[in-house]
Amino acid sequence: MPDVTITVNGQRETRAVETRTLLVHFLREQLRLTGTHVGCDTSQCGACVVHLDGRSVKSCTILAVQADGAEVTTIEGIGTEEKLHPMQEAFRQHHGLQCGFCTPGMIMRAIDLVDRDPDADEKTVRHQLEGNFCRCTGYQNIVAAILAGAIAMRNQT
Amino acid sequence: MYQFEYHKPTSLAEALGLLAEDADAKLLAGGQTLIPTLRQRLVSPSALIDLAGVPELTGIGRSGELLSIGAMSRYAEIIESPMVRAIIPSLSRTVEVVGDPLVRNRGTIGGSLANNDPTADLTAAVLALDATVVTDRRSISADAFFVDLFETALEPGEILVRIEFPRPSRSAYIKFRNPASRYALVGVFVAEVAGRVRVAVTGAGPKVFRELMFEEALQRKFSPEAVKDLEVSASGLSSDLHASAEYRANLISVLARRAVSAALNEPSHGI
Ligand SMILES: Cc1cc2nc3c(=O)[nH]c(=O)nc-3n(C[C@H](O)[C@H](O)[C@H](O)COP(=O)(O)OP(=O)(O)OC[C@H]3O[C@@H](n4cnc5c(N)ncnc54)[C@H](O)[C@@H]3O)c2cc1C
Ligand code: FES
Ligand code: FES
Repeated sequence: MPDVTITVNGQRETRAVETRTLLVHFLREQLRLTGTHVGCDTSQCGACVVHLDGRSVKSCTILAVQADGAEVTTIEGIGTEEKLHPMQEAFRQHHGLQCGFCTPGMIMRAIDLVDRDPDADEKTVRHQLEGNFCRCTGYQNIVAAILAGAIAMRNQT
Repeated sequence: MYQFEYHKPTSLAEALGLLAEDADAKLLAGGQTLIPTLRQRLVSPSALIDLAGVPELTGIGRSGELLSIGAMSRYAEIIESPMVRAIIPSLSRTVEVVGDPLVRNRGTIGGSLANNDPTADLTAAVLALDATVVTDRRSISADAFFVDLFETALEPGEILVRIEFPRPSRSAYIKFRNPASRYALVGVFVAEVAGRVRVAVTGAGPKVFRELMFEEALQRKFSPEAVKDLEVSASGLSSDLHASAEYRANLISVLARRAVSAALNEPSHGI
């Protein structure tokens, strides 16, 4: 089994993996970072979104070996329980979740979206969220949370 | 997923060598089609040859009058390229409606063309724009490249290197999305290249095709009215749970008209 070294949430992690191990399984099963979820087996739902070298990707649609040498950020890497990331705080404030299953993917996608387009309007946010499915909320409050989170992220810097 | 070996060559020559050695190996580009297919155990390659480290397949540039896009250019890179937007804005806009932003952060133009999904978007752009597919050994015209359902003119062991696009004088793509999958239920790309009008249709049949009746009418007069009364025959078009052949035939007419209007309204193409 090949060794891979991936910097996850700022920490270099070297592990032996099977070539067929998906990045999401590497994160969840080998590193025990279970915040990243698996919601489908067809690469459609976005529950598994992480940042790979600064871009949001579906971690269920990339092999761990493909991420060798890369930097990955997961939901565990963006804030602490005492001090949530402004986007997490916005989801809490605006009821951007019900069951919470889609939330880690939504938040990772939202942060990338706002990083690239800090002034995104509601229409853009909806378009840019097309790879993230939510079975509970109807998206209304997710979009509201992201628009509020964008303002909070801007004020933070 | 079945077991496979994994190689990450650092040159085109090395990638070709690995591919020649093992008839059951498969090339891996953005993985946005291949990895889901592996997960469903629909394919069982002996090895994956990851093209992400092959420099010959990257880069967006101009060569004379042509816009050249490396096979491993990811959709996001193409969207963000000021050069693509300046030379062929309709191409940037086509890439913007492929899948979702997460797919666009990984998927590549070469992977999409090599895969030749009957409902893909870039296939229509390449065919309408009369682009040329350049491989490790030859150049293939768009008209010859798309052979059949998921089948291209690529031979076993051949690697798609880049795509060369001539600059159209006007062009536009209109996609009617399948609301569930977001692939094209039907998409129509209209372009005028070197004085010739070309109309490519995706999503409607077993592979992307040109609608010659529309091309002739638009050649005489490039306006939505020119195609208003043309009826497309449903024979040979796909019929499935998403739409009947008749519905797709009608969509081709409607989208072609919209694409012509959009092409007329598009700000003139840059240098
Ligand atoms: C949720 C979802 C939605 C999508 N929606 C759309 C959509 O709306 N429109 C659309 O067009 N597509 C859509 N796609 C497909 C997407 O565009 C894929 O990225 C694309 O089909 C394949 O590109 P890839 O780089 O991911 O290739 P891969 O999956 O890595 O490879 C695909 C095939 O091409 C071969 N190949 C790759 N590169 C080369 C090369 N250089 N030379 C020779 N052969 C090569 C591989 O061996 C493989 O057989 C969607 C995908 C997903 C998961
Ligand atoms: S788990 Fe559904 S897209 Fe990754
Ligand atoms: S909150 Fe339940 S799936 Fe989104």
